[in-house]
Amino acid sequence: MNEIIIYLYQIAFSLGLFILISLGLAIIFGMMGVINLAQGEFIMLGAYFCLFSTQAGFPFWISVIFASLGVGIFGIIVERLLIRFLYGRIMDTLLATWGLSLFMVGLVTTIFGPSEAGVEAQLGKIWFGDYSIATYNLVLILLAFVMLALTYCLWRFTKFGLIVRGTMQNPNMSAAMGINTKLYYMLTFGLGSALTGFAGAMIAPIVGNQPTMGVFYVAKAFITVISGGQLPLMGTFIASTIFGITDGIVSFASTQVVGEICVLLVAILLLRLLPKGITGRFKRGF
Amino acid sequence: MNPKNWFEESHSEMPKPWWWVFIGFLILGGLILPMFTEIDVHLDMSIIFIFALLSLSMGFLWGYGGMLSFGQTIFFGLGGYTYAIWSLNFNETTFGLILAVFVPLLVSCALGYFMIYGRISNIYFTVTTLVTTIVLEKAVRATSDERFVIGSVRLKGQNGISSVPDLQIPWNPDETLFLTGVYYVTFVALFLTYIALRMLLITHFGRVLVSIRENENRTELLGYDARRYKLGAFVISGGIAGLAGALYGIWGNFVAPEMMNLNSAANIVMYVIVGGKSTLIGPIFGTAVVQRVTTELGMAGVGQVTLYLGLMLIIFVMVFPRGILPTLGTLTFITFDKIRNYYKNNFDKGDKDGQ
Repeated sequence: MNEIIIYLYQIAFSLGLFILISLGLAIIFGMMGVINLAQGEFIMLGAYFCLFSTQAGFPFWISVIFASLGVGIFGIIVERLLIRFLYGRIMDTLLATWGLSLFMVGLVTTIFGPSEAGVEAQLGKIWFGDYSIATYNLVLILLAFVMLALTYCLWRFTKFGLIVRGTMQNPNMSAAMGINTKLYYMLTFGLGSALTGFAGAMIAPIVGNQPTMGVFYVAKAFITVISGGQLPLMGTFIASTIFGITDGIVSFASTQVVGEICVLLVAILLLRLLPKGITGRFKRGF
Repeated sequence: MNPKNWFEESHSEMPKPWWWVFIGFLILGGLILPMFTEIDVHLDMSIIFIFALLSLSMGFLWGYGGMLSFGQTIFFGLGGYTYAIWSLNFNETTFGLILAVFVPLLVSCALGYFMIYGRISNIYFTVTTLVTTIVLEKAVRATSDERFVIGSVRLKGQNGISSVPDLQIPWNPDETLFLTGVYYVTFVALFLTYIALRMLLITHFGRVLVSIRENENRTELLGYDARRYKLGAFVISGGIAGLAGALYGIWGNFVAPEMMNLNSAANIVMYVIVGGKSTLIGPIFGTAVVQRVTTELGMAGVGQVTLYLGLMLIIFVMVFPRGILPTLGTLTFITFDKIRNYYKNNFDKGDKDGQ
């Protein structure tokens, strides 16, 4: 019985992580079509914000909010300085954001050094027989789903969400309706960045912070969003489920690296079977 | 709007005579260079040739096939590891070198099949190769355990495999190539590949490939199966990258997971972008320039080289997206055009005045 719980927990944890780190990209890439290869470095930045905020004496959860806001503002700055010149030039966006990613890694390494630093967020443990689960990880799983639901509600039920969806679907028409599309592009990018920063802050306590930590998250986030297909949120959720289950089961049975390789193989297989993504044939939704 | 450019003249024709003269001089220069320089120059030049070969494979695929593949470093690493494992196991290098081209060929064929035959768009292709690079590097790093042995060679994870044998002369296995020998091997490999790719572009295959880059739908409507040609280009460039990887192993007697990590992929993309991806000579030129610059930066001790690489990448993408050589080519062409027009106008005027 306890083993089954641990097994389920492992799967849920992988799933939660996938959702958390892909949500920002689902907005930036899935909705806006901006290939942001610096996504991993946005996560890194969120983790560092969280680290410094807790070191400055703020409680962990306040630090998470600071990190989200900080990365959100950083994202808006990046959009103004870089991304806005590149809308529609998808290959150039990819290369420029990759340059940004290298630049950020270099900068953070120069300023803070290449060493690791952890964030403390001890919430205790829950015991199942001989096994223990960190309560923080359970909270992380829960928050991943909450953020997904909140994002869904934001797009589905608010006027802001309606305008953003309209703008992304047809910028010219939206502009003709009197909407300041540039502003909404900027805000959407900022929101995606803020969600990414949130993810970074949330994973800061479970991994060591180091300047190069972004690399593995960017890979996971991209295969999730790409496999998801044209409906960013729904696709991200379904793809996260598939990859989370694969990763959870294989990592538990073997090692974490084998788990990641299996996820990649599943993703490549999925691309062959469903080149337009899992939601490629869906007509409506997000 | 797009003025004609001396460096990217229609590549579907036989090269002009001046091209042969130019290449002849380069080859002559490369062959006699070792006679006038010291060993350390040979060593530096060899590594530039090796990376030039790698960026040539990327430049070919990107500039002429329209596919940007970060996976070139996968094949680079695979080539190096194949050579190292084979030659350490059997103490024989000629077949190891052949195998180091063949294995990446096979792997690129398999990987390419899934991506290209799935008809994923070029941008998804790029991201998929990127992800594959990241995961594969992590996998190789995880092989430090004693269980991971191929034949008698331990993979040793992130420490890499050291004491990779020197290249033996095929007809005389007791003699191995060293320093200057390696210089000649890399130089010949680079220029033969360059000329072969240039020749490939004027064949039927090359022309169809360029037309796919220009307009995939239209080419398919003309009856070509674009996927076959794209896969062909991907496999060719995978093989070239594998060859470069084996040469790298020979050059440094060492292969390591760093060969296939994202930073080396970043370097190669830099070389190609800086040199100009719409030419074949551009990537070679770019490699020499960027290698020089990064070495200088590294020696100057100005901090993280990645920081400057990143800035350089952003600046080139935003300001000179076509790279140095094509931009220079266009500039010289415009200048010459202006001068010609100026003289023509004056001459015409003089003519009129004379009448």
